[in-house]
Amino acid sequence: MLLVQVIVGGLLLGAIYALFSSGLTLIWGMMNFINFAHGEFVMLGMYAALLVVVHLGGGPLAFGAAAALALFLLGIVVYLALIRHVMRGPMLSQILSTFGLALLLRYSAFFVFSANFVSLPDTALSGTLNIGGVFLPVAQLVAGVVAVTLTIALHLLLTRTAIGSRLLAVAEDRSAAMLMGIRPDRMQALAWGLSAGAAGIAGALLATAYPWSPSVGETFGLIAFVTVALGGFGSVLGSLYAGLIIGLIEAISAFWLGAIYKDIVVYGLFVALLWLRPQGLMGKA
Amino acid sequence: MKNLPSARLNVCLLAAALLLFPIAFDDPFYLDVGVAVLLAAISASAWNIVGGYAGQVSVGHSMFFGLGAYAPLLFYTLWGWPPLAGIPAGIALSVALAIVVGLPTFRLSGHYFSMATIAVAELIRIFFGTWTLVGGAIGLQGPAVARGWWDLTFRGDMPYYYIFLAVLGLLLFVTYEVERRRFGFYLRAIKASERAARSLGVPVRLTKLKALVLSATFTSAAGSLYAAKTGFIDPDSGFGILVSVQMVIVAALGGAGTLFGPLLGALILVPLQTAANTWFGGGGSGLTFILYGGIIVLIARFEPGGLFDLWRRLSPLIRKRVHAA
Repeated sequence: MLLVQVIVGGLLLGAIYALFSSGLTLIWGMMNFINFAHGEFVMLGMYAALLVVVHLGGGPLAFGAAAALALFLLGIVVYLALIRHVMRGPMLSQILSTFGLALLLRYSAFFVFSANFVSLPDTALSGTLNIGGVFLPVAQLVAGVVAVTLTIALHLLLTRTAIGSRLLAVAEDRSAAMLMGIRPDRMQALAWGLSAGAAGIAGALLATAYPWSPSVGETFGLIAFVTVALGGFGSVLGSLYAGLIIGLIEAISAFWLGAIYKDIVVYGLFVALLWLRPQGLMGKA
Repeated sequence: MKNLPSARLNVCLLAAALLLFPIAFDDPFYLDVGVAVLLAAISASAWNIVGGYAGQVSVGHSMFFGLGAYAPLLFYTLWGWPPLAGIPAGIALSVALAIVVGLPTFRLSGHYFSMATIAVAELIRIFFGTWTLVGGAIGLQGPAVARGWWDLTFRGDMPYYYIFLAVLGLLLFVTYEVERRRFGFYLRAIKASERAARSLGVPVRLTKLKALVLSATFTSAAGSLYAAKTGFIDPDSGFGILVSVQMVIVAALGGAGTLFGPLLGALILVPLQTAANTWFGGGGSGLTFILYGGIIVLIARFEPGGLFDLWRRLSPLIRKRVHAA
């Protein structure tokens, strides 16, 4: 029974990994660009949720929406102010831009919020369910289900709607898309908004169930890399499967080996992937 | 190369200034800053070979620095061997690690290499924190009192200063030789366009791997020197992400892919950092990293060539102004 509990807990956390990783894979797939600050976007989503709960007394719907909106706007601002200018520049600029942004956001968060761990005060999602002997915190359950739903929604948005077709058209061939009357800059700004928004709402979902400090951004950023590498770059559906798998691996290795070894197992998996299958589960070679 | 004599003169002046600095400023505080400048310059110049010249941006070079720092102190702790004996061991491990990381990632686009470096450095940092043989989260200590010069444990900073200066000189000489040779042209070709370089017959993967190995060698040596100087190492000061950040920012500020860029970056940034720490006190380290992040973003956005490139563009304009006036 304990093992079942560990597995379910891992899958629920993995669902949130899937959600924020789908944001990273969207940017990578569309623009061939890696966002080193993606984990910091998740971290900011968590604090956005906290601020809304503490200062405005908002419920889960309110702080979820607020985190998503705040990060959506931040993503667009980051694209317009920074990424747009470096994305066709040298590799050094591309990598340093978001790497520097990550440091800036992480240590600003330390400065503003201090290094202490915080957690959301009791919300409507407090309490525990007992399903046939498996104890599940309501918050974890809701967060996991919402995360899977949103990831699938993002996948459908990209594959089934006109907006999605336009985004993919820009990814495929920027100048051809321009000839079709699509404005690439707008589409790419939208992609950054969606990507950061996904990270933001994932952060809000994480905040309902887990305590955190400003340094979680680094951990989540690395987990997003591993998830995207496993799922295949540019594949939202791939990152859904990969997120669930990594959540599961993490939970089981923490259970069997001890909590400190789970990161070693996950990063080791990343190195093994680079050697054996760099295109991931669902990526193109 | 019309300005060659003046360039040579500048280099001689720089060398003389660095050689005479400890004599001119015979004060423990200034000497300490000088040693820190040299160490930052060595690490950043080592990073520069693969990150600057080859354009393969590593954000996890602390993996080599940490191995270089741990090896001498581990040899001392386990068997009482002099730290000097651990330096080649650190280099050997770093070279092996460079091959493990470089072989798979250099087949892929440059982003994979960057992501792999940060993940591997983090992997090793966490692993060393749990490994009791290397002292776990507490780390290792070197000899408190020297048994001889081979222990590399000196009372004052003066011997360290000249040892570091010698290593920096050697590294810059090697980089200069790399710049002039076919290998250096290969590196710049790969940085400009990997596809074009490959179509012209440049062995792209092998060249990138060689650059990484050379870079790892000197980064590891820098780590060993750091460990000898401080006599202490733990997972964060060896493998922490800020160790890698320091190398990247120092090189990028001065000018990545230029011979003296990293030294210039170290000469500016390290004293600035020392000053910031004295002004803000102990709590200032957080502010320092906010500043670092901001500087990195600004360099990426406005001056990817660093200060050297800026100077190269500005100096003719200034000269024109002076002549006109």
